[in-house]
Amino acid sequence: MLKILKYSFFDLIRSKWSYVYFFFYLVISSSLLYLSGDISKVIISLMNIILILVPLIASIFGVMYYYNSREFTELLLAQPIKRTNIFLGQYIGLAVSLSSSLLFGLGIPFLLFGIFRSAEIWNFIILIVTGVFLTFIFSAISFLVALKNENRLKGFGIVIFLWMFMAIIYDGLFLLSLIVFKEYPIETISLTLSMLNPIDLSRILILLKLDISALMGYTGAVFRKFFGTDTGLLLSTLILIMWTVLPVWAIVRVSGRKNF
Amino acid sequence: MNRPNGYSGIWGLQMGLLFLMIFYSFFCAAGTVKVDQNGKVKTIQEALGMTSPGDTVMVYGGNYSEGTILIDQPLTLIGINRPIIDGHDRDSDIIIIASDSVTLEGFTIQNAGTSYIKDLAGIRVRRKNNFVIRNNHLINTMFGIYLEKATDGKIVDNQVIGQAIEEVSSGNGIHAWYCKNLFISGNTVESHRDGIYFEFVESSQLVDNISRNNLRYGLHFMFSNNDEYTNNLFESNGAGVAVMFSKNINMYHNTFTNNWGSASYGLLLKEIYDARIEENIFDGNTMGIKVDGSTRVTYHNNSFENNGWAIKFVGGSYDNKINNNNFISNSFDLVLESARNNNTIDGNYWSSYTGYDLDKNGIGDIPFRPVKLFSYIVSRTPESMVLLRSLFIDIIDFSEKVRPMFTPENVMDHAPLMNKVVY
Repeated sequence: MLKILKYSFFDLIRSKWSYVYFFFYLVISSSLLYLSGDISKVIISLMNIILILVPLIASIFGVMYYYNSREFTELLLAQPIKRTNIFLGQYIGLAVSLSSSLLFGLGIPFLLFGIFRSAEIWNFIILIVTGVFLTFIFSAISFLVALKNENRLKGFGIVIFLWMFMAIIYDGLFLLSLIVFKEYPIETISLTLSMLNPIDLSRILILLKLDISALMGYTGAVFRKFFGTDTGLLLSTLILIMWTVLPVWAIVRVSGRKNF
Repeated sequence: MNRPNGYSGIWGLQMGLLFLMIFYSFFCAAGTVKVDQNGKVKTIQEALGMTSPGDTVMVYGGNYSEGTILIDQPLTLIGINRPIIDGHDRDSDIIIIASDSVTLEGFTIQNAGTSYIKDLAGIRVRRKNNFVIRNNHLINTMFGIYLEKATDGKIVDNQVIGQAIEEVSSGNGIHAWYCKNLFISGNTVESHRDGIYFEFVESSQLVDNISRNNLRYGLHFMFSNNDEYTNNLFESNGAGVAVMFSKNINMYHNTFTNNWGSASYGLLLKEIYDARIEENIFDGNTMGIKVDGSTRVTYHNNSFENNGWAIKFVGGSYDNKINNNNFISNSFDLVLESARNNNTIDGNYWSSYTGYDLDKNGIGDIPFRPVKLFSYIVSRTPESMVLLRSLFIDIIDFSEKVRPMFTPENVMDHAPLMNKVVY
């Protein structure tokens, strides 16, 4: 598996899209830091970008990579290698290369700006960690979708729809349910609902770290009480891990049964 | 014909004598009593028994602990090397000024105790006028300076530091009730219930004060008219300043910062008429200004930066003028929901304005709507604040901006500025 992982990783690292992705983050974060100079504000701006772009890029990249390396995969399948190893190796290679683009693209400017001497170091770490998690989650989902759909167009469509659902439609339905059921005590439900979507969960984790919670009044107090404690942080990390593990497990299952 | 002349002669003599007496009492007899723990007069009480009106009492450094000190003559008390007057938590006032024209200067006054029944004070002024309280340190006195029906007083350069933990067991730093013509300047007030509290106070001025870390309000006006506060700093209070049920209050050049919490405001206005709010800075408050009923109020040349809400109106607010302000990086710039709106909101700078200025006159060519759909949703369903900064919210805000359906259509800045207001 390690060999396939290594091959996939270096294959992707050499592709120009990885460089584009890396330079995009490099330029965005360094120009924001240069223009504003306030690390906490830059983290908020980057949060908006990361929460939308990371899932989108990871999804599209994942589908694209699977379909493009299809012939190579078939070649590998002819060899005496376990299927699990082939697909997991490819998936992890993809996710690691995307995360390293994100990590270095954001990390280098912040390092030069002196993040280690700043009080915002924990907020930055949360930003990076959620970004990496989102990369792993959405590339796994897209890999799974591609695995299940031979039709490339359908695969792309489903992946884009899933992204749109998580990033936009889910919040719309969430808001609608809050408005419809506003007469009822809905704090716990809204807490649960926001934990079920990895994008929402990441957004709230970052916002609460940045002390926006005061804006939320009573609801904010409920959220802060939950996410601010160690149990809350542990639980939300667990949910993010679950969001990663479940699609990966599905990849293993589906790839084991699939006819090539 | 002579009688009137005779009359005036006697009248003149009387006046002359009176003048002489006044002159005598002020300039000739104005003695000085020295209080020193190593000297002849050892306590302040002892010295007060020896004085006549107009005298000066010089108190030298040391620790004086002698119960409640009652000043019932026009005197000047000066502390040299900052003598300490300690109340030892005896649950009584420490100094009571019960005479006109008293000056109190240079003391440290501490430990009045805590009472749930009485309003204990470091310095209490009772129904007198022309007092000067200057350069004193008041430490852990439940109420610092307590003025009851006192007029024409100066409270200058004092430090009033409390130890308030909860509202019920704490007092106000400077508390004024039924007062007139006060001048309060250069004081630092920390850790009380309200930093400075005005109730029925007329024609008074607050200048260059610092009020911070107070549990409730940095400065609190109740039923007080024709007052002015300028150049003050309000920091980390429950709410910076609360102005309630008052008319003609001028607020100039103040800084309201870091009043941050789930129910915190920089400035809270409740039933205010004819006030002027000019050249103030609101930075990093949960709510810059919360307005619950304001009429004929001018908001001019203020800067609102990094607040959750810059200005939030609830309730009916009419004939307000919001012009030439800077709104920079606030989560919500303005919340104003009443359908009937005759407030003018023109000529402000909004950092979230995305219009253009083709004729280069510094004024944006398309009007700006500061009220976002999301703020409308949040005020109805507070729980939806959870969705702050999500893409969906940005999208619906944008579509509402293009064609307002829920937010009041006539709340808009017709002449938004392209550059920050500099004043």
